[in-house]
Amino acid sequence: MGYPHKTHPRETAVLSKHFGDPAARSLEGWKARGGYRALEQALAMTPAAIVDVVKASGLRGRGGAGFPTGMKWSFMKPGDGKPHYLCCNADESEPGTFKDREIMRWTPHALVEGCAVGAYAIGAETAYIYIRGEFTEPIQRMEAAIAEAYQAGILGANAMGSGKRVDVHVHKGAGAYICGEETALMNSLEGKRGNPRIKPPFPAVAGLFAQPTTINNVETLAAVPHILNNGAEWYKAMSLSNPKSTGTKLFSVCGNVARPGNYEIVMGFPFKDFLYDLCGGPLPGRKFKAVIPGGSSVPIQTMVEAEATLMDYEGFVAQGTMLGSGGVIIFDDAQSMPRMIARLARFYAHESCAQCTQCREGTAWTTKILERIAAGHGTFEDLDTLLEIAENMTGKTICVLSDSCAAPVVSGIAKFRHEFEALITGKRSSSVPVAGRPTDGSQPRAVVGAA
Amino acid sequence: MSVAHAPYEPVFTGKRAEDLKAILLRYPNKQAALLPALWIVQEERGWVSEEAMTEVAQALDVTAAYVKGVVTFYTMYHQHPVGKHFIQVCTTSPCLCAGADKVTEAFLRHTGCNELGVTSPDGRFTVIEVECLGACGFATPVQINADTIENVTPEKVPEILAGLK
Repeated sequence: MGYPHKTHPRETAVLSKHFGDPAARSLEGWKARGGYRALEQALAMTPAAIVDVVKASGLRGRGGAGFPTGMKWSFMKPGDGKPHYLCCNADESEPGTFKDREIMRWTPHALVEGCAVGAYAIGAETAYIYIRGEFTEPIQRMEAAIAEAYQAGILGANAMGSGKRVDVHVHKGAGAYICGEETALMNSLEGKRGNPRIKPPFPAVAGLFAQPTTINNVETLAAVPHILNNGAEWYKAMSLSNPKSTGTKLFSVCGNVARPGNYEIVMGFPFKDFLYDLCGGPLPGRKFKAVIPGGSSVPIQTMVEAEATLMDYEGFVAQGTMLGSGGVIIFDDAQSMPRMIARLARFYAHESCAQCTQCREGTAWTTKILERIAAGHGTFEDLDTLLEIAENMTGKTICVLSDSCAAPVVSGIAKFRHEFEALITGKRSSSVPVAGRPTDGSQPRAVVGAA
Repeated sequence: MSVAHAPYEPVFTGKRAEDLKAILLRYPNKQAALLPALWIVQEERGWVSEEAMTEVAQALDVTAAYVKGVVTFYTMYHQHPVGKHFIQVCTTSPCLCAGADKVTEAFLRHTGCNELGVTSPDGRFTVIEVECLGACGFATPVQINADTIENVTPEKVPEILAGLK
């Protein structure tokens, strides 16, 4: 299968195997495709044994940070007398990323199963799947799957007849990128404003409702049943580059490209082949100019860098960027980089929770200056100011939203400085205004750049 | 009597009260049901009024000011009535580079709204730009109330609007 394209012969479809197949959505359909065997097996194991298998597989977090999943789980101490919680981060809001959306739309039971295994492995009786509010269809699919799983006795007080309690609930967000940050998500789930928390304490010590909590991305949890079914060695063997990056990874591809969509490849796949073969290369008559390979928060790559990249955690770092969430944004030679970066800055300014001064002021001023440059009213001094602001926005705040805004600005000016300078000297005027004005006026924090 | 002075009809009665009771069972405290409770209000009324915030506050044992603080944090809760069809066009960079600005213009023109965030004179439409809808591979995604429409181009806009009741 595959969605929106048929699976390419060079893809390795594990998580995406049933994308595009509506029959895989029901409990019956999921069981017919091998579903819930892993959960049954897991409930007969000790939590520690499950954690060991996940550790041995080399699975790392698919949400952005790439932290080893088994190690994260091992921070939890089942049986310590406290309630434990599992949070599934389905707040997928990173520009360029739309993989979790497809997992939930096509294979909702895969996530229910992954959550149930994960909850049991960390000694939690309750898992919350926090889904962004705009994801109306994924929410509906997940709720339907959860209802089916309760009906069949897979979830509940006696999960699959094991005598163990596993509850899974959907919690619907309400429009806030920052709630994808783990501690902001927990605050939001607790009925608070989605402000990130200062760490420590880390979630494993005091997370949701101040209890020991683990938080994992949708794709991470969905991979776990496959690891239990096929073994850690099977998963670990899926690597074309180095033993630190194992398994398959979903990459969401968007922007100026022939075949946008989700692609699942083995870690270490050559990025050049990925862009030109799997994704079909540029649109007719165009050339690729730049790539943001891991969601909008990672540094921009030139095509020289991108084409030399191996697609794994270390491979992207070696070429000046990060794997991040795997959201590949491609810009071609018809695009103005200052304009695109200005619009990204506006995104971060809109989404800043405004707790930290460096972020609240930094994202707003960065947006104002970039939009001024894009409109042809910039000065050379503006470029220095932008870099100075970016320096003050990096590594100085409670969470990394501020750093995320600085990343495309710094890398953009470093790698595409000539485009900024051309706008400043008036050699090329920005013909199109920057989209993204304050929205409906009802949301005070949405008004960015007001004098 | 103007609408503003009509007596407030509580949301959480009958089935909606039962819904809230069921939601409360999922969490160890009442406050955690705040976002779900506000969603129920918005589904019922189309927006979240100050009176509704007070009702939610009483139901969950928090203050009305606290509820307002939460409501104002999240962009999806409407603090005033919006058009019958609330149209959100994604214009973040991955969609902008695929022409999302033209889609926004088409919606503004064909709905008669003309301006972002302003409801059309007939009360049917409100158009806003939204930050990343998480459907970047299907540029331009547009959300109309609870429905997401993929691959919208300016040319498709009149047909999409004609299909709305």
